[in-house]
Amino acid sequence: MLLSLHLGNYLLRGCAEMEDRSKLSISERIEQRTKGSGSSSFMEKLMPIVFFICALISVLTTVGIVFTLLFETITFFSNVPFADFFASVEWYPFFSDPQYGIWPLVNGTLMIAGIAMLVAVPFGLGAAIYLSEYASEKVRKTVKPVLEVLAGIPTIVYGFFALTFVTPILRSIIPGMDIYNALSPGIIVGVMIIPMIASLSEDAMSSVPNSIRQGAFALGATRMEVTVKVVMPAALSGIIASFVLGISRAIGETMIVTVAGGASPTMTLDPTGAVQTMTAYIVQATQGDAGFGTPIYYSIYAVGMTLFVFTLAMNLLAHYISRRFREDY
Amino acid sequence: MKFANTTVPQEVQKENSPQLSKRQIWNKVFKGVCFTATAFSIAMLLILLVRIVTQGAGFLDWGLLTNFASRNAEDAGLLAALAGTIWLMLVTAPVSFILGVGTAVYLEEYAPRNKFTNLLQTNISNLAGVPSVVFGLLGLTIFNRLMGMGASVIAGGLTLSLLVLPIIVVASREAISAVPTDVKHASYAMGATKWQTIFRIVVPTALPGVLTGTILALSRAIGETAPILVLGALTYVASTPSNLFSNFTAMPVQIYNWTGRPQQEFQDIAAAGIIILLLMLLVMNSIAVFIRSKFQKRF
Repeated sequence: MLLSLHLGNYLLRGCAEMEDRSKLSISERIEQRTKGSGSSSFMEKLMPIVFFICALISVLTTVGIVFTLLFETITFFSNVPFADFFASVEWYPFFSDPQYGIWPLVNGTLMIAGIAMLVAVPFGLGAAIYLSEYASEKVRKTVKPVLEVLAGIPTIVYGFFALTFVTPILRSIIPGMDIYNALSPGIIVGVMIIPMIASLSEDAMSSVPNSIRQGAFALGATRMEVTVKVVMPAALSGIIASFVLGISRAIGETMIVTVAGGASPTMTLDPTGAVQTMTAYIVQATQGDAGFGTPIYYSIYAVGMTLFVFTLAMNLLAHYISRRFREDY
Repeated sequence: MKFANTTVPQEVQKENSPQLSKRQIWNKVFKGVCFTATAFSIAMLLILLVRIVTQGAGFLDWGLLTNFASRNAEDAGLLAALAGTIWLMLVTAPVSFILGVGTAVYLEEYAPRNKFTNLLQTNISNLAGVPSVVFGLLGLTIFNRLMGMGASVIAGGLTLSLLVLPIIVVASREAISAVPTDVKHASYAMGATKWQTIFRIVVPTALPGVLTGTILALSRAIGETAPILVLGALTYVASTPSNLFSNFTAMPVQIYNWTGRPQQEFQDIAAAGIIILLLMLLVMNSIAVFIRSKFQKRF
């Protein structure tokens, strides 16, 4: 009895509401709907904000990186004169009379990056040309994933390989070579970068339209001539950008050089001797007893800042090259 | 095809222009050089794998997985490192997934075309190029010191999350932008709101691509040594982490520690540790490939 009364009331109210609604125009009804749909409308307003905050985190990460490096570097320079950092060619932070000249670390970093590029550019570019211009579709579809595997191997594994396999072989070929040297990690950093250069350059060359190739073939060019004189010039911006990104990777590479490159910051161009890169110094200093607040502690940020500026400049350069000099078809 | 098979052009080539054959030889040489370059890269991968497997396979046993690190190579094991890596992934996986997918959804569905959105995109692609060791410095300063987390699991996990964030964002954006507009319009036509369309249509459709990207990002995070080393991860821990604020070590850190020791035995178990690490990566990559091939819808 009670229930049916309730139900009757409900129905009556429903009818009244309906009558109410029928008096409203359609646009008013739409307005009512969007206003009154409760949780759904709430989500509608909330979720863009939530997603925006997610997107903001990546900006905050960059801001965080720049500011931590900047602040701690400024603290570092309040202890160590600016001129010493850039003018001195000695880096002995652990001595009782510490020397903080960045150049030996820059020297080691650039030497390893140079050796790496000597390996990565010819092999990476060769692989890219082969995959893009010569290989059949089947070969390409098999080889590209294999190269991706090469790119996915953790760098500590490459470091182990450099120290325990490549270094002994090199030492048996080159007498008088140190256990820790620049050559072995340099070569292996190069091997690590091959897939990146191969893949990016291949993308650039594959995007050159076939009609241009066919035009050159029709003029009687061989495949090599088509590749070297037509495809590569057309894809040059992408190829050069891949090299620059490769240099950036080589400069930022840490574990291979830490494990196999040694820890002696010296101004040498001899690849058989031990060196130290900026990245390797950061690892060495954080592993030691450098307590919070000591000059050594702040020095890792100054080195980190230098490293960050180097790689950022390279990345921006790569973006600039690939945008500015791209041939659009 | 018939035309190409006729023998006349080849005869003409041989008789009339000796230069052409020289050019053909150069072409062959060039092809050979490029093939060698490709073969070299693949050969390096094979040499690396064969070398590590032959060196480490003999040292694989259950003790390696159930023992803690030790001064004796025979007793040394990976238990703490293995547990540490799993704990790290328990933090990194959800954090990087939520942030990455959220960023991708914002950029693909909500972001207006303005300077800030441009900045956001440039920022993400630049973040992908920052060396991992610099992320370690970020973690050391912000998470370890400023937030007072110490060299804990959560500090390491958050650092790795930020490191792999660009990978997930790029993969998710690709997957989300591949969802056809027709499908979205159909959803709107049924009266669904924007959020309903995103939550019920866009994200589920893009999920295989998103998950593949996430797994690949995590397999990158698992192998990262430098950031957590710089953050302050210990190289000797004789316990598994008990909560998010415990100290930890991780697989690559333990391998680094063993690699750095002069004794041959430690290098051998380092190789055995690498085999386990590579097997984990293999499993994760296989899952990613499986998801991609099995669940990805093509429109």
